[in-house]
Amino acid sequence: MRVQLVDIAHARSGDKGDTANVGLIALRPEWFQFLEKYVTRERVRQHFRGVITGDVERYELPNLKALNFLLHGALDGGGTLSLKTDAQGKVFSTALLRMVLDVPDVEAKRYELPAARQ
Amino acid sequence: MSAKRTKDIIRVAAGQGFWGDWLEAPRRQVEGGDIDYLMLDYLAEVTMSILQKQKERDPKMGYARDFVGAIESILPAIAKRGVRVIANAGGVNPPACAEAIRGVAERGGARGQVRVGVVTGDDLLPRLDELLAAGHELRNMDTGEPLSIVRDRVLSANAYIGSVPIVEALDRGANVVITGRSTDTALTMAPIRYEFGWGAEDSDKLAAGIIAGHIIECGAQCSGGNCLYDWRNIPDLADVGYPIVEARADGTFDIVKHPKTGGRISVQSVTEQLVYEMGDPHSYITPDVIADFTSIQLDAAGTDRVHVHGIRGRPATDKLKVSVAYRAGFKAVGTLVYAWPDALDKAQKADEVLRARLAHLGLEFEQLLTEFVGVSATHGPLAGEFHEAPEVQLRVGVRSPDRATVERFTRELAPLVLNGPPSVTGFAGGRPKVEEIVAYWPALIDKGVVQTQVEVS
Repeated sequence: MRVQLVDIAHARSGDKGDTANVGLIALRPEWFQFLEKYVTRERVRQHFRGVITGDVERYELPNLKALNFLLHGALDGGGTLSLKTDAQGKVFSTALLRMVLDVPDVEAKRYELPAARQ
Repeated sequence: MSAKRTKDIIRVAAGQGFWGDWLEAPRRQVEGGDIDYLMLDYLAEVTMSILQKQKERDPKMGYARDFVGAIESILPAIAKRGVRVIANAGGVNPPACAEAIRGVAERGGARGQVRVGVVTGDDLLPRLDELLAAGHELRNMDTGEPLSIVRDRVLSANAYIGSVPIVEALDRGANVVITGRSTDTALTMAPIRYEFGWGAEDSDKLAAGIIAGHIIECGAQCSGGNCLYDWRNIPDLADVGYPIVEARADGTFDIVKHPKTGGRISVQSVTEQLVYEMGDPHSYITPDVIADFTSIQLDAAGTDRVHVHGIRGRPATDKLKVSVAYRAGFKAVGTLVYAWPDALDKAQKADEVLRARLAHLGLEFEQLLTEFVGVSATHGPLAGEFHEAPEVQLRVGVRSPDRATVERFTRELAPLVLNGPPSVTGFAGGRPKVEEIVAYWPALIDKGVVQTQVEVS
């Protein structure tokens, strides 16, 4: 089954220099485990290929049911140097929520995940 | 440090999340209900350099002018109800800011009732050459380069200072405390620490105060503003309530807002703010303490109330972060709007034409960036294919060390209206403005080098 992050998580992002961070928060506490397993550093790196120039780091916050991703080289120099509309990475959060995951049906059922709308 | 412990709960309200935030918020925070402290955060990374430029033009400037209006609007609360105000509005000129505030107090008939505390010592600009000569290289934390390579272009240099001098100002009776480059979080933590008498060894409690500060430092961004979770149903944002910390001596606290205000405080809204601008959550480094965000426990505790507990911290490092701003060339951004049919194709063609002309002129840029707003500006290729957009905004930005090169670019956009692809509009704003870029250089310095001073008058 296809599952889109926008249906199972919310998010906020911000900046530090040329790095954007995205905090990805499970919409239901029990979905955190799923996010932790499926939204890997590698998967996010792949998602942002061609969008960011640097590496991706991931930190886990089980207490907040959240993952924190650092996307390096995301802001075209960052801060005041950047010419981008989103120079401060404010909406990288929603770009991550576009991610669609292929999930085995049994797993999707176990977590009661909603199917992607498109 | 003397513990006050006059109350079991200390209420610290946030009234400003950045310079340019809602002018109504400070007054609404003091009028909406009981608070002990009002915390106003005015400084972002680039703000100091803007203020430095203002101070160069006029030695009486260089602080956040909005603060003067804010104090004017809440003067009765300070003078009569004993609300104390803590703000980093001093920018690069806290003494001038203090002078302006004393003027407001006098004009408002509150002379003698306003005791202004001023924290200085964060400004390293006057000492910069001395520091570099003494071997403090102030290497860029991101690139590793020594500051010497941009020394001649430095506009401002400030150390991020912590809660200790603010506590001292409060202890000496100040009811308006003005700082320069204090950390945003110290503005909230300092009064809580002061009231409960927390010492440097109380790492868990100091970390709790810092995290309380982090939650409210962006104003309404934790109380329903910019909140993605269930955003359609967040009530009455027009009347949004800014956040208040209700702190207890044991280091636990609640996040609340005044009754009968809009917005929403929930575990979700607070979590969104907690992850904002987060780095390594195990180590949120401040001058006072290292806070561990993986220890935070949030409980829903009733309508618009979140209880926060479990926070752990570790002793601070022996370094302070320094924020240096330096001149880094010039930039300009221009836009045109192309309408259906074939809006994106037209915008893309216009971009081709523009780039060809810039090349013919022999103009070279450090960077030339084209975005198609409405199609791919924010999500790039992740946005997927778009067909038949009703309109597309062509947005072109350039950057160069040479002002004249950027100036010339700004003259090349408008001609496209008559000599480029059709169905174009949206140029009423005129020629793009050339802006000097002030870039940010993060560095570290030994704590002992920075000596803060406190004056209360």
